[in-house]
Amino acid sequence: MSSSVERFDERARREADRVGTTVVRRGELLRHPVYTRVLHWLVAITFVLSLLSGFAIYSPWLFKFLTPIFGGGAMTRFLHPWFGLAFEVFFLFQFLNWLTPMMWRESDRRWLKRIKAYTTNEDKLEPADVGFFNGGQKVYFWAIVLSGVLFLITGILLWFDDIFPRWLVAVSYVIHDLAALLMLAGFIIHIYEGTAAAPGTFRSMINGTVSERWAWTHHPAWYKAVTGRDPRESYERERRRQSDRERAIQEWEREQDGRDVP
Amino acid sequence: MKMSNPQVFQIQEISAHPGPVPGLGTQRAVQVCKYIDVTTCIGCKACEVACVEWNDHPFRETTFDDTYQTMPSTDWNYWNLIKFAEDERDGNLMWLMRKDQCMHCEDPGCLRACPADGAIIKYENGIVDFNQNNCIGCGYCISGCPFDIPKFNQKTKKVYKCTLCSDRVGQGLEPACIKACPTGCLHFGTKHDMVQIAGLRAKQLQEHSGFANAGVYDPQTIGGTHVIYVLHDINNPERYGLPKDPVIPPSYTYWKWLAKPAGLLMAGLGVLAVFFHRVAVGPRLPQPEQPAPVESQPDPIEAKRKEQP
Repeated sequence: MSSSVERFDERARREADRVGTTVVRRGELLRHPVYTRVLHWLVAITFVLSLLSGFAIYSPWLFKFLTPIFGGGAMTRFLHPWFGLAFEVFFLFQFLNWLTPMMWRESDRRWLKRIKAYTTNEDKLEPADVGFFNGGQKVYFWAIVLSGVLFLITGILLWFDDIFPRWLVAVSYVIHDLAALLMLAGFIIHIYEGTAAAPGTFRSMINGTVSERWAWTHHPAWYKAVTGRDPRESYERERRRQSDRERAIQEWEREQDGRDVP
Repeated sequence: MKMSNPQVFQIQEISAHPGPVPGLGTQRAVQVCKYIDVTTCIGCKACEVACVEWNDHPFRETTFDDTYQTMPSTDWNYWNLIKFAEDERDGNLMWLMRKDQCMHCEDPGCLRACPADGAIIKYENGIVDFNQNNCIGCGYCISGCPFDIPKFNQKTKKVYKCTLCSDRVGQGLEPACIKACPTGCLHFGTKHDMVQIAGLRAKQLQEHSGFANAGVYDPQTIGGTHVIYVLHDINNPERYGLPKDPVIPPSYTYWKWLAKPAGLLMAGLGVLAVFFHRVAVGPRLPQPEQPAPVESQPDPIEAKRKEQP
């Protein structure tokens, strides 16, 4: 990445942090600064709008349900490319913002190899080499980049389809759909992983922070990088602290019970 | 002259319609057809004027491009155009005049490509008609059409094409272009009759006029058309600007009606999959897990009761 791009992003993050605030409480870590969060939701909103309006045109079975949301079929057709374009622009900024942490590493290949263990929750803690983003998140990111490029090219062809050759439009039609299905598959998993599958994740995109417990569980290498502490040790210490507390409470309760006996 | 009663056409196919066509198969309609004998067309363009006149299109500037054509191609408000081409036969110059308009395909590419419910309708009599009220202006029909017929209007953002004068045909009248033709090169009737007359004319051309390759253009790759031609040379329809074997892009047939529903199904299954993943496998909680609140801890009395035989 060129230094000018880096400078631009650093400045954008700094400027955004001046406008917005991120409150990091004790036992929490800053995960996403204001700039990233705002970008994420701009991308998300424009994506959902593109998805719904696109779905209306995609399938005759959804046409009747989804076109009224946007004010009828013709309006849906008019808005869809603009939603898409807005998505592309916002994602371009997010792309530049996240390019460095999203770079593919050897550890991501290892992560993907044990994806089955990940989906079945075999290990409670992620391997020590999982950094700011894990392999799955990086796959999703690069899938969006790929789809985004395909969307842009085929989208322009479909947008001005009366001036492009017939066969090119017909091919674009298929590729645009394939890109959408690829995105949709990732999107479903993304929403699930960001909410129900890993509690404590969603707030990282709202408040910008995560708990330290969350960090050493899901992204140990990142935890180590930002705190300088060993994630495994932190975990063990917390576990001991918790069981000590448990024991103390139980003892106290037993004491209380004993007192009640006449 | 006794006018026949206005007729309501039975719809056979509706673009992007998710259900069956209402009333399909309740009545039988006569297949209509326009037959154009290019060998007797003199290029007078009376049909062009009649079309503009009947359909209330504004008269507009023509484009002169060193041919006898009114303009390079049909337009959103110019549905009927005599295409002009120069050809050679036995060292002699030959002028080819072909009336270009919607072919009203039996298997219409525009209708296959259309994503808007009810924007394109095919009647049982074979007429393919656009309903601009339902048109969303995506222009897929333009790329679906093998004959480059539907045209986009930049102002209304809708697509228009020849209707085969469905409004006239419904009143028992022939299309406007047919009525205007002075040489009798245009004919209108049932598909069966037109194919027969065209066949006879082609035979006549073969036997008496020395056009050994004369034949009827009724391309079967799209199930035939409801506008048929008699051409001097059926082996080279390209000379008249007609595709030899017109096809609809597979993206509007197989992709649209097989792959798209499959994609939709997969997306639905994906949502179900993550839901049942949550139900069956559960979440990945930050470790160590917080102790469960007292209410959800196992009840000691209940546990004891279970231990007893």
